Amino acid sequence: MPIELYRIDDRLVHGQVVVGWGQPLNVTFVVLVDDAIAASEWEQELYRMGAPPEMTVTFESVESALKHLPAYQARSEHGILLVGDVATMQRLVNGTGSITVVNVGGIHHKQGRTARLRYVFLTPEDETELRALAASGVTITAQDVPATTPVPLEQVLAGTGE
Amino acid sequence: MWAVTSRTMTSRASTPAHGLLRRAIVAGHGDFAAGLISAVHQISGKGDAFRSVSNRDLSAVGLEEMLRAVVSANDAKIIFTDLPSGSCTIAARRLAREDPSMVVVTGVNLSALLAWVLGTESGVAACEHAVERGRGAMTVIPGSVATESGLAH
Repeated sequence: MPIELYRIDDRLVHGQVVVGWGQPLNVTFVVLVDDAIAASEWEQELYRMGAPPEMTVTFESVESALKHLPAYQARSEHGILLVGDVATMQRLVNGTGSITVVNVGGIHHKQGRTARLRYVFLTPEDETELRALAASGVTITAQDVPATTPVPLEQVLAGTGE
Repeated sequence: MWAVTSRTMTSRASTPAHGLLRRAIVAGHGDFAAGLISAVHQISGKGDAFRSVSNRDLSAVGLEEMLRAVVSANDAKIIFTDLPSGSCTIAARRLAREDPSMVVVTGVNLSALLAWVLGTESGVAACEHAVERGRGAMTVIPGSVATESGLAH
Protein backbone atom coordinates (compact mmCIF):
# COMPACT_ATOMS: atom_id res chain seq x y z
CA MET A 1 0.00 0.00 0.00
CA PRO A 2 1.80 3.16 -1.15
CA ILE A 3 -0.03 5.36 1.35
CA GLU A 4 1.03 3.66 4.53
CA LEU A 5 -0.86 5.81 6.98
CA TYR A 6 -4.10 7.78 6.88
CA ARG A 7 -3.71 9.98 9.91
CA ILE A 8 -5.84 12.48 11.82
CA ASP A 9 -3.48 14.87 13.58
CA ASP A 10 -4.24 18.50 14.40
CA ARG A 11 -0.53 19.37 14.35
CA LEU A 12 -0.36 18.18 10.73
CA VAL A 13 3.30 18.08 9.60
CA HIS A 14 5.44 17.85 12.75
CA GLY A 15 8.11 15.78 14.46
CA GLN A 16 6.03 12.67 15.16
CA VAL A 17 4.94 12.49 11.54
CA VAL A 18 8.17 13.41 9.79
CA VAL A 19 10.57 11.54 12.06
CA GLY A 20 8.47 9.22 14.25
CA TRP A 21 6.51 7.65 11.39
CA GLY A 22 8.38 8.96 8.38
CA GLN A 23 11.68 7.25 9.04
CA PRO A 24 10.52 3.70 9.92
CA LEU A 25 7.99 3.72 7.08
CA ASN A 26 10.56 5.16 4.66
CA VAL A 27 8.11 7.89 3.72
CA THR A 28 9.02 10.07 0.76
CA PHE A 29 5.79 12.00 0.35
CA VAL A 30 3.10 13.50 2.55
CA VAL A 31 -0.32 14.49 1.27
CA LEU A 32 -1.82 17.17 3.49
CA VAL A 33 -5.55 17.54 2.97
CA ASP A 34 -6.92 20.79 4.33
CA ASP A 35 -9.16 23.25 2.51
CA ALA A 36 -7.72 26.36 4.19
CA ILE A 37 -4.07 25.38 3.71
CA ALA A 38 -4.71 24.35 0.11
CA ALA A 39 -5.89 27.92 -0.50
CA SER A 40 -2.89 29.62 1.14
CA GLU A 41 0.57 29.76 -0.42
CA TRP A 42 2.04 31.03 2.84
CA GLU A 43 0.64 28.14 4.86
CA GLN A 44 1.92 25.67 2.28
CA GLU A 45 5.40 27.16 2.39
CA LEU A 46 5.34 26.95 6.19
CA TYR A 47 4.69 23.22 6.16
CA ARG A 48 6.88 22.54 3.15
CA MET A 49 9.89 24.13 4.83
CA GLY A 50 9.38 21.88 7.85
CA ALA A 51 9.87 18.71 5.86
CA PRO A 52 13.30 17.20 5.26
CA PRO A 53 14.72 17.38 1.71
CA GLU A 54 13.96 13.74 0.98
CA MET A 55 10.26 14.21 1.74
CA THR A 56 7.84 16.11 -0.48
CA VAL A 57 4.65 17.63 0.90
CA THR A 58 1.73 18.17 -1.44
CA PHE A 59 -1.43 20.04 -0.54
CA GLU A 60 -4.96 19.17 -1.48
CA SER A 61 -8.42 20.42 -0.70
CA VAL A 62 -10.89 17.66 0.08
CA GLU A 63 -12.33 18.05 -3.39
CA SER A 64 -8.98 17.79 -5.17
CA ALA A 65 -7.86 14.98 -2.87
CA LEU A 66 -10.83 12.90 -3.91
CA LYS A 67 -9.73 13.30 -7.53
CA HIS A 68 -6.04 12.68 -6.96
CA LEU A 69 -6.11 9.99 -4.30
CA PRO A 70 -6.03 7.04 -6.73
CA ALA A 71 -2.82 8.45 -8.24
CA TYR A 72 -1.22 8.81 -4.82
CA GLN A 73 -2.29 5.29 -3.93
CA ALA A 74 -0.72 3.99 -7.15
CA ARG A 75 2.70 5.47 -6.43
CA SER A 76 5.49 3.05 -5.70
CA GLU A 77 7.00 5.15 -2.90
CA HIS A 78 5.62 5.20 0.62
CA GLY A 79 3.46 8.09 1.75
CA ILE A 80 1.34 9.48 4.58
CA LEU A 81 -2.00 11.22 4.16
CA LEU A 82 -2.69 13.81 6.85
CA VAL A 83 -5.84 15.61 7.90
CA GLY A 84 -6.39 17.88 10.87
CA ASP A 85 -9.80 16.68 12.05
CA VAL A 86 -12.25 13.81 12.04
CA ALA A 87 -14.76 15.50 9.75
CA THR A 88 -12.20 15.85 6.95
CA MET A 89 -11.20 12.21 7.22
CA GLN A 90 -14.86 11.21 7.14
CA ARG A 91 -15.37 13.17 3.91
CA LEU A 92 -12.36 11.45 2.35
CA VAL A 93 -13.38 7.97 3.45
CA ASN A 94 -16.94 8.40 2.27
CA GLY A 95 -15.83 10.00 -0.98
CA THR A 96 -13.28 7.40 -1.98
CA GLY A 97 -14.25 4.08 -0.44
CA SER A 98 -10.60 3.07 -0.63
CA ILE A 99 -9.49 4.05 2.88
CA THR A 100 -9.91 1.08 5.17
CA VAL A 101 -7.61 1.91 8.08
CA VAL A 102 -7.44 5.23 9.92
CA ASN A 103 -4.91 6.33 12.51
CA VAL A 104 -5.93 8.85 15.15
CA GLY A 105 -2.58 10.44 15.89
CA GLY A 106 -3.43 13.58 17.80
CA ILE A 107 -6.55 15.59 18.55
CA HIS A 108 -5.61 17.80 21.44
CA HIS A 109 -7.43 19.63 24.17
CA LYS A 110 -9.85 22.36 23.23
CA GLN A 111 -13.04 23.63 24.79
CA GLY A 112 -15.90 21.24 24.15
CA ARG A 113 -13.67 18.21 23.79
CA THR A 114 -13.51 15.37 26.31
CA ALA A 115 -10.26 13.61 27.16
CA ARG A 116 -10.14 10.06 25.83
CA LEU A 117 -6.40 9.50 25.71
CA ARG A 118 -3.43 11.68 26.57
CA TYR A 119 -3.37 12.85 22.98
CA VAL A 120 -7.01 12.35 21.97
CA PHE A 121 -9.79 14.74 23.00
CA LEU A 122 -13.12 14.40 21.21
CA THR A 123 -16.33 16.33 20.78
CA PRO A 124 -19.62 14.41 20.68
CA GLU A 125 -19.67 15.09 16.93
CA ASP A 126 -16.19 13.59 16.53
CA GLU A 127 -17.33 10.48 18.38
CA THR A 128 -20.42 10.13 16.23
CA GLU A 129 -18.35 10.45 13.06
CA LEU A 130 -15.75 7.95 14.25
CA ARG A 131 -18.45 5.45 15.18
CA ALA A 132 -20.01 5.91 11.75
CA LEU A 133 -16.69 5.29 10.05
CA ALA A 134 -16.14 2.16 12.12
CA ALA A 135 -19.65 0.96 11.33
CA SER A 136 -18.87 1.31 7.63
CA GLY A 137 -15.98 -1.12 8.01
CA VAL A 138 -13.03 1.20 8.60
CA THR A 139 -10.54 0.02 11.20
CA ILE A 140 -9.76 2.92 13.53
CA THR A 141 -7.04 2.94 16.14
CA ALA A 142 -5.31 5.66 18.10
CA GLN A 143 -1.52 5.64 18.09
CA ASP A 144 0.69 8.70 18.36
CA VAL A 145 4.01 7.08 17.45
CA PRO A 146 5.00 3.63 16.13
CA ALA A 147 6.61 2.61 19.42
CA THR A 148 3.29 2.71 21.27
CA THR A 149 0.53 0.12 21.10
CA PRO A 150 -2.45 0.97 18.88
CA VAL A 151 -5.60 1.56 20.92
CA PRO A 152 -8.81 0.25 19.30
CA LEU A 153 -11.58 2.82 18.82
CA GLU A 154 -13.86 1.22 21.41
CA GLN A 155 -11.19 1.57 24.06
CA VAL A 156 -10.54 5.15 22.98
CA LEU A 157 -14.21 6.06 23.29
CA ALA A 158 -14.49 4.27 26.60
CA GLY A 159 -11.48 6.16 27.86
CA THR A 160 -9.81 2.92 28.89
CA GLY A 161 -6.75 3.10 26.64
CA GLU A 162 -3.39 4.17 27.96
CA MET B 1 -1.83 20.10 30.93
CA TRP B 2 -0.02 23.29 30.01
CA ALA B 3 3.53 22.29 29.52
CA VAL B 4 5.37 25.50 29.99
CA THR B 5 8.00 25.54 32.64
CA SER B 6 7.52 28.78 34.51
CA ARG B 7 10.95 29.41 35.89
CA THR B 8 11.08 31.82 38.77
CA MET B 9 13.38 34.73 38.17
CA THR B 10 16.16 34.55 40.69
CA SER B 11 18.40 37.04 38.99
CA ARG B 12 18.23 39.54 36.18
CA ALA B 13 18.37 38.21 32.65
CA SER B 14 21.78 38.07 31.09
CA THR B 15 23.17 41.50 30.21
CA PRO B 16 25.98 41.41 27.65
CA ALA B 17 28.75 43.94 27.29
CA HIS B 18 26.69 46.22 25.06
CA GLY B 19 24.14 46.62 27.84
CA LEU B 20 21.08 45.23 26.05
CA LEU B 21 18.91 42.78 27.92
CA ARG B 22 19.34 39.34 26.44
CA ARG B 23 16.35 37.08 26.66
CA ALA B 24 15.05 34.28 24.47
CA ILE B 25 12.58 31.43 24.36
CA VAL B 26 13.60 27.79 23.94
CA ALA B 27 10.81 25.58 22.61
CA GLY B 28 10.79 21.88 21.86
CA HIS B 29 9.49 18.39 22.42
CA GLY B 30 9.13 16.88 25.87
CA ASP B 31 11.57 18.37 28.38
CA PHE B 32 14.08 19.37 25.71
CA ALA B 33 13.87 23.10 26.46
CA ALA B 34 13.84 22.85 30.24
CA GLY B 35 16.72 20.39 30.13
CA LEU B 36 18.80 22.53 27.82
CA ILE B 37 18.20 25.63 29.94
CA SER B 38 19.15 23.71 33.05
CA ALA B 39 22.41 22.71 31.38
CA VAL B 40 23.10 26.29 30.29
CA HIS B 41 22.53 27.44 33.85
CA GLN B 42 24.82 24.79 35.30
CA ILE B 43 27.63 25.81 32.96
CA SER B 44 27.20 29.57 32.74
CA GLY B 45 24.85 30.65 35.50
CA LYS B 46 22.78 32.39 32.84
CA GLY B 47 19.80 30.08 32.54
CA ASP B 48 17.52 32.92 33.53
CA ALA B 49 18.03 34.44 30.11
CA PHE B 50 15.71 31.76 28.76
CA ARG B 51 12.15 30.65 29.17
CA SER B 52 11.15 27.14 28.15
CA VAL B 53 8.10 25.97 26.24
CA SER B 54 7.15 22.34 25.63
CA ASN B 55 4.73 21.23 22.95
CA ARG B 56 3.69 18.24 25.05
CA ASP B 57 -0.04 17.53 24.80
CA LEU B 58 -0.78 20.76 22.96
CA SER B 59 -2.56 21.22 19.65
CA ALA B 60 -0.98 23.43 17.02
CA VAL B 61 -3.34 26.23 18.02
CA GLY B 62 -2.76 25.68 21.74
CA LEU B 63 1.00 25.68 21.25
CA GLU B 64 0.91 28.87 19.22
CA GLU B 65 -1.16 30.59 21.91
CA MET B 66 1.19 29.38 24.62
CA LEU B 67 4.28 30.48 22.72
CA ARG B 68 2.78 33.88 21.97
CA ALA B 69 1.97 34.41 25.65
CA VAL B 70 5.47 33.48 26.80
CA VAL B 71 7.11 35.61 24.11
CA SER B 72 4.94 38.56 25.05
CA ALA B 73 5.43 38.18 28.80
CA ASN B 74 9.19 38.19 28.35
CA ASP B 75 9.44 40.67 25.49
CA ALA B 76 11.57 38.10 23.66
CA LYS B 77 12.61 38.53 20.04
CA ILE B 78 14.40 35.22 19.60
CA ILE B 79 12.95 31.73 19.67
CA PHE B 80 15.22 28.68 19.64
CA THR B 81 13.53 25.43 18.60
CA ASP B 82 14.60 21.80 18.36
CA LEU B 83 13.44 20.23 15.08
CA PRO B 84 13.03 22.09 11.79
CA SER B 85 9.96 19.95 11.11
CA GLY B 86 8.57 20.24 14.63
CA SER B 87 5.38 21.93 15.74
CA CYS B 88 7.35 24.42 17.86
CA THR B 89 9.16 25.64 14.75
CA ILE B 90 5.89 25.94 12.86
CA ALA B 91 4.37 27.93 15.74
CA ALA B 92 7.47 30.11 16.05
CA ARG B 93 7.40 30.92 12.36
CA ARG B 94 3.77 31.95 12.67
CA LEU B 95 4.77 34.40 15.39
CA ALA B 96 7.66 35.66 13.28
CA ARG B 97 5.20 36.39 10.51
CA GLU B 98 3.31 38.69 12.88
CA ASP B 99 6.49 40.35 14.15
CA PRO B 100 9.17 40.82 11.49
CA SER B 101 11.76 41.62 14.17
CA MET B 102 11.42 38.10 15.57
CA VAL B 103 14.23 35.64 14.80
CA VAL B 104 13.71 31.87 14.83
CA VAL B 105 16.68 29.52 15.18
CA THR B 106 15.93 25.85 14.71
CA GLY B 107 18.04 22.77 15.45
CA VAL B 108 19.47 24.36 18.58
CA ASN B 109 21.86 22.51 20.86
CA LEU B 110 23.70 23.26 24.09
CA SER B 111 26.78 24.73 22.44
CA ALA B 112 24.64 27.09 20.40
CA LEU B 113 22.70 28.33 23.42
CA LEU B 114 25.90 28.89 25.38
CA ALA B 115 27.43 30.80 22.50
CA TRP B 116 24.34 32.99 22.31
CA VAL B 117 24.04 33.74 25.99
CA LEU B 118 27.75 34.38 26.46
CA GLY B 119 28.27 36.24 23.19
CA THR B 120 28.71 39.94 22.67
CA GLU B 121 26.83 40.29 19.39
CA SER B 122 23.14 41.10 19.26
CA GLY B 123 20.21 40.35 16.98
CA VAL B 124 20.69 38.16 13.93
CA ALA B 125 24.48 38.31 14.23
CA ALA B 126 24.30 36.76 17.69
CA CYS B 127 22.07 34.00 16.33
CA GLU B 128 24.38 33.31 13.40
CA HIS B 129 27.32 33.08 15.76
CA ALA B 130 25.38 30.65 17.94
CA VAL B 131 24.45 28.49 14.96
CA GLU B 132 28.05 28.38 13.83
CA ARG B 133 29.16 27.23 17.28
CA GLY B 134 26.34 24.72 17.50
CA ARG B 135 27.22 23.17 14.15
CA GLY B 136 30.88 23.06 15.04
CA ALA B 137 30.15 21.19 18.24
CA MET B 138 28.70 18.21 16.39
CA THR B 139 31.58 15.79 16.03
CA VAL B 140 31.97 12.06 15.60
CA ILE B 141 34.63 10.59 17.87
CA PRO B 142 35.09 7.02 16.66
CA GLY B 143 36.35 4.32 18.98
CA SER B 144 39.70 2.73 18.32
CA VAL B 145 38.15 -0.34 16.67
CA ALA B 146 36.21 1.82 14.24
CA THR B 147 39.30 3.90 13.54
CA GLU B 148 41.40 0.85 12.76
CA SER B 149 38.80 -0.68 10.48
CA GLY B 150 37.94 2.55 8.74
CA LEU B 151 34.65 3.08 10.61
CA ALA B 152 32.06 1.03 8.83
CA HIS B 153 28.49 1.16 9.97
